[in-house]
Amino acid sequence: MPHELSSAAGFEGVPEELIGHHFSSLGRQTEAMRLGMWLFLATEVLLFAGLFCGYAVYRFQFPLAFQESSRHLNISLGTLNTLVLITSSFTVAMAIHYARTDKPRAAALCLILTILFALGFLGIKAVEYAEHFREHALPGKYYAAEAVKVPGAAMFYTMYFLMTGLHGVHVIAGMSVLSYILWRTLQGRYSSRYSVGIELGGLYWHLVDLVWIFLYPLLYLI
Amino acid sequence: MRLSESDSSALAGAQRHLSYLEDGTTVMSWLNTRDHKRIGVMFLAAVLFFFFIGGVFALALRMKLLQPGPFLMDALSYNRLFTLHGVVMIFLFLIPAIPSAFGNFVLPLMIGARDVAFPRLNLASFYIYLAGAAIAIFGMVHGGADTGWTFYTPYSSTTPTQVLPILLGAFVVGFSSILTGLNFIVTVHTLRAPGLSWMRLPLFVWGIYATSIIQILATPVLGITLLIVAVERVAGFGMFDPARGGDPVLFQHMFWFYSHPAVYIMILPGMGVISETVCAYSRKNAFGYKAIALSSLGIAFVGFFTWGHHMFVSGQSTFNAGAFGILSMIVGIFTAVKVFNWVGILYRGAIAFRTPFAYICGFLYFLVFGGMTGVALATTSLDIHWHDTYFVIAHFHFIMVGASMMAFLAGLHYWFPKMFGKTYPEGWGLVAASLIILGFNATFIPQFLLGNFGMPRRYYQYPEQFQALNVASTAGATLLGFGLLIILIYLFIALRWGPRCEANPWGSKGFEWMTDSPPTTHNFDEIPTITQMPHDYRTHEAPGVIGAA
Repeated sequence: MPHELSSAAGFEGVPEELIGHHFSSLGRQTEAMRLGMWLFLATEVLLFAGLFCGYAVYRFQFPLAFQESSRHLNISLGTLNTLVLITSSFTVAMAIHYARTDKPRAAALCLILTILFALGFLGIKAVEYAEHFREHALPGKYYAAEAVKVPGAAMFYTMYFLMTGLHGVHVIAGMSVLSYILWRTLQGRYSSRYSVGIELGGLYWHLVDLVWIFLYPLLYLI
Repeated sequence: MRLSESDSSALAGAQRHLSYLEDGTTVMSWLNTRDHKRIGVMFLAAVLFFFFIGGVFALALRMKLLQPGPFLMDALSYNRLFTLHGVVMIFLFLIPAIPSAFGNFVLPLMIGARDVAFPRLNLASFYIYLAGAAIAIFGMVHGGADTGWTFYTPYSSTTPTQVLPILLGAFVVGFSSILTGLNFIVTVHTLRAPGLSWMRLPLFVWGIYATSIIQILATPVLGITLLIVAVERVAGFGMFDPARGGDPVLFQHMFWFYSHPAVYIMILPGMGVISETVCAYSRKNAFGYKAIALSSLGIAFVGFFTWGHHMFVSGQSTFNAGAFGILSMIVGIFTAVKVFNWVGILYRGAIAFRTPFAYICGFLYFLVFGGMTGVALATTSLDIHWHDTYFVIAHFHFIMVGASMMAFLAGLHYWFPKMFGKTYPEGWGLVAASLIILGFNATFIPQFLLGNFGMPRRYYQYPEQFQALNVASTAGATLLGFGLLIILIYLFIALRWGPRCEANPWGSKGFEWMTDSPPTTHNFDEIPTITQMPHDYRTHEAPGVIGAA
């Protein structure tokens, strides 16, 4: 974890109310916030780990069904969504860069773009979901797709909906985080002197992106 | 305890400051507080409430088991009751009991901090806990579940009882546990007082730190597992349903990946409390400080790789079973390291046989007994005989009730003056402790025998030849409950009308006693500089009240 902000020097002009009464310096507080965020991200990884573990078990148990069902997903939409999310990670990184270099308006613009990309991702995902519903390619007892009739195909869609569903919830959570830091950016809270808030929001968005980077090959490619 | 002159002047100085209890007395000043001490006290009240409820459930179960046949309640009520007993005791009492109540109160004091790193998150953790508890209570009122606290699939996804709210309650309470753990880890990393290096941290802090690691890394897995079961109940996804190609054993793996480490969430803080109180009541420096501190981390680490010992009879390979068995025994080694060091601290100490010390004695005996039977259970060949019998019940109650609850009670009595500035009646304390320890033995030793004779757990009816031992067990449970009731009464009286105590009634040199009792809102006027180990009894003058002058 970077500690370049740990020294108390260079914080003249940071508003008093930003520092909690129980912290000796803003550097200490920044360090605490970063550590807290990384620990929180660790819990998120473990949350998804349960599903990845389930995926591994059932892929091993039904290799053929998983392969065929995977071929049946709309790979171009999946790829497009991957590009959308990667680009959104880029724009959020740029937002942090602009905030740190005292360009709040550019930062806000980048955050708005990120939120739009997130919306775009959800839109494309909705198109895919609608397709699954039309084909009755649904989890568990609702599975009635004509295309793939191998036993275990229903389990593929169980895992598919659980994983993309939980990821979708995280995209929505991420959008709220992004909206919050957008609001704070518009208030002028982030600058070269203080930017940890926008940094942590960005970190969370990167995690949401990263989870998809794993979901995409597992569900669409292999 | 006589006050030295410097102590009384420090105390007189401290009177000018408002204690955290007096700083705002409206209900809102409590509900909206960011003060770790008030949050700790609120957690304490909440966990005591659920401890009471869980205890009533346990007594009702024991009453039914007086008779081998149908008695007092029907089979479904019995199933619901043991489920609720498990859920309430584990998720609402044991897991938050020591970390969220005592940890919140004393951890910042021990490391010389004014608060935990994220005070608002800390308050949120309390309300999330209450929300989860409320959802679970809603489920209980609407009929409760009959799956057992383990929620094994496919039964839990098909039974018509109210599994869903209970599941979701446990899921929500998990977030509270995660946030508390996260807060403590960050606090220990960033808010230690000057001079407080890692190898000077009080052993209770080490225990809580190790616990927090488990809370952060294991709880999310339980969260996703319970969520999947909930989805399964609502939408029939079939991930754990063998009728749809799902694997119920996968559920068991994912469930125990959390729930076995959760056992260490329940016992590691207790070990921390014992490490503190053993030093305080034998007036000795910690013997084998590093060994005690690092064995906590050792238990936290190896605890993640032992979950398979719950599944010796669910068809895992002999190799897996053997590996899980050996890994489980390593926990026994780390625990033994602690036990030997605690006994080393007692050796030639100036023992003050106060109420907490009685619980220390109980703790050591129960932990060793429970731990040894645990090692026996980790042996696959023996476990197949004992699996799902009362032997297992007795084993984990020795650890959970015998050890964890004893540590909780030791901490409650040790820190009661710290938290409220009042003293409890020592005589009644010892009476209650004797009743509890005696009653505990009478409750669970017969259960070891019952299990060895083959009586399965969770059964409503049993053969008549088991009745005598069951009656003995119920008699013991009544004694245990009576002891706890006495504590409840005298602590309540002490809280209202008890005599005011001095800042450090035990003469303890634990760091949390550096402040006044009860502490002021911001704990210290000036952050103390730590120059020695905690519980350093080699110097003879009493510890001054730092920062309260």
